[in-house]
Amino acid sequence: MNEAARKSVSGGRAAEAGTARDGGFEELKLDRVTRRFHETIALDALTLTIRRGEFVALLGPSGCGKSTALNCVAGLLPLSDGSIWLDERRIDVLKPEERGFGMVFQNYALFPHMSVRANIGFGLKMRGIARAEMRTRVDAALDLVQLRAHAEKLPGQLSGGQQQRVALARAIVIDPPLILMDEPLSNLDAKLRLEMRHEIRRIHRAVHRATIYVTHDQDEALSLADRIVVLQDGRAQQIGTPEDLYARPANLAVARFMGYRNILDIGVERVEGKRASLLGGNLRLEGTAQTAISAGRATIAMRPEEVALGAGSRNTFSGTVDQVEYCGRDYLVDVVTPMGTLYLRTDRRVSPDEVVQLSIPPERVLVFPPDGEGEGAR
Amino acid sequence: MAARATESDTIAGRTAGFDAAPLLWIPAALVVVALFLYPFGYGLVLSLTPAKGDVLANYQRFFTDQRLWQTISTTLWIALPATLINVGVSIPIAFVMRHPAWYQRALTTLLVVPVTLGTVLVAEGLLTYLGPQGWFNRLLLDLHLVAAPVRLTHNYWGVLLSLVITGFPFAFLLILSYLTGIDPSLARAAATLGARPGAQFRHIYLPLLAPGLAITFCLAFVQAFSVFPSAVLLGAPAGPTRVISIAAYQAAFEDYDYSMASAIAMIMGGVQLIIVAAVLSARGFFYRGPAGGGKG
Repeated sequence: MNEAARKSVSGGRAAEAGTARDGGFEELKLDRVTRRFHETIALDALTLTIRRGEFVALLGPSGCGKSTALNCVAGLLPLSDGSIWLDERRIDVLKPEERGFGMVFQNYALFPHMSVRANIGFGLKMRGIARAEMRTRVDAALDLVQLRAHAEKLPGQLSGGQQQRVALARAIVIDPPLILMDEPLSNLDAKLRLEMRHEIRRIHRAVHRATIYVTHDQDEALSLADRIVVLQDGRAQQIGTPEDLYARPANLAVARFMGYRNILDIGVERVEGKRASLLGGNLRLEGTAQTAISAGRATIAMRPEEVALGAGSRNTFSGTVDQVEYCGRDYLVDVVTPMGTLYLRTDRRVSPDEVVQLSIPPERVLVFPPDGEGEGAR
Repeated sequence: MAARATESDTIAGRTAGFDAAPLLWIPAALVVVALFLYPFGYGLVLSLTPAKGDVLANYQRFFTDQRLWQTISTTLWIALPATLINVGVSIPIAFVMRHPAWYQRALTTLLVVPVTLGTVLVAEGLLTYLGPQGWFNRLLLDLHLVAAPVRLTHNYWGVLLSLVITGFPFAFLLILSYLTGIDPSLARAAATLGARPGAQFRHIYLPLLAPGLAITFCLAFVQAFSVFPSAVLLGAPAGPTRVISIAAYQAAFEDYDYSMASAIAMIMGGVQLIIVAAVLSARGFFYRGPAGGGKG
């Protein structure tokens, strides 16, 4: 990117009272942040520390409390309990206009009666920045999102992707210590979503500001975030790096979200440390316990891309192909086995009713305490 | 196969190659011609055929007789303040009530009542309520706020008050519906960018509301300008509240000069048209378009 633009976007900070010193802050700390709506708990005691420049994704299905958490940080929703700290300063008592965070809304919330330039400059105008400085900073932000040519247009004259860029620029130009994004890509089509994901990554690297990004799309979270918080029913299920969550989901809820499509109810014969001997139908299988489990019932989770066609050194069994979906790069195959239907990805062409051998390494058969919802594959 | 083709033809509404859909404007046009254009043309012709004198004699008389031309300023002097009060007071109240709540429903229901009662009933009620022996003056006297009853009937204030009471709910409900049509996430976005509630109102709500305010102003003004019942019942129809509609009424039913009455009605329409055109052309300076924040 343009180095001058970058300097100018993150420069000029001295003129802003009350916001940040260089780099924003050391730590943003959410301490047991809770939000209740009447009797329902939308967000239950979320504790999270975000470091300078870090990109954190809040991931979960709709209604899991992720947008509630974001609105609490933005000041658009008061907390029912808990507190939020920016280094030593308690900020949950401040109004949204006093926090100075940049926010990108799901529907962009661009001011329809203002030009792109006026939209981006709005935050600077509210801060009483001088006209000349405002112009340079807005220009720099326009360059950053590559919209210089559209500066005088109204938002209604722009495409969805361009509107998205304006929303980003408007949030970034005020040089906020923290950037909040509420499902910013959910209104874009698949191709544009990929492009904008790339764009957000690039801009984050350029301005290097701590970011909280709300999404229900695990691909977005995995590709963008330094750390991911998986939320379900208002509770944090797991907080960790994308690699952590992908390889070692803490529970079934996280596993489901991380693409463990094969979730099966199974019997446990014996547990020795982490190694579990399993019995599903008449199949014997070895798995790895993720938490303390006991003999009896359990639920296992396996990723479709980790179930291999053909015999392996251990955990080899056979099944009958039911359905084959061609996905371009590979095939998604449903195989009926004695322990249930398994989904797997393979680049080998198989046909329905073919009997095939399958295998999966024991360390990739994740064993969790029984779930109740785990009957059959999902 | 043939049956299928017919079916799809009928669905497209183009049976026998003739598209009848554009003809649907005919009933509407007939109504407009019968109820608006014909009476208007009839009145215009009537106003140009005076009992004595040339074609423009009625208009000449109107603009040379002080008792007649002064009714324009008298009416404006009542209608403009009433409209400004109705629209001006509605804005802050609607702004406070823009978020749906139980009291929003309750209040809007309550406000529809004076609209449905009609001006005559409201004027009659006010006549007693605001009169020298009415509750209002009794209260002021009992609280020792005034020594003698305040005169609020049979003068300018009585008419103004009745126009506010009957006109306010109309203006308020219209403005409230315009306000609730503005995407609330715009104000939230403005707040995160540092705009306090006052600035949110000035920079976001007001510009997006402006076209709606212009329409509301025009409708409320036209309503107030044609004031007749309350000007007669609550005002002083011989003097300070001798509005233009009273002049037209007197010409028609006291002097039996329908031609003159038509001329006054034409002038009345002309004044309304000038004010409405002025307000609507000012609207051109504002943004007109959807008040949403982007893709919903």
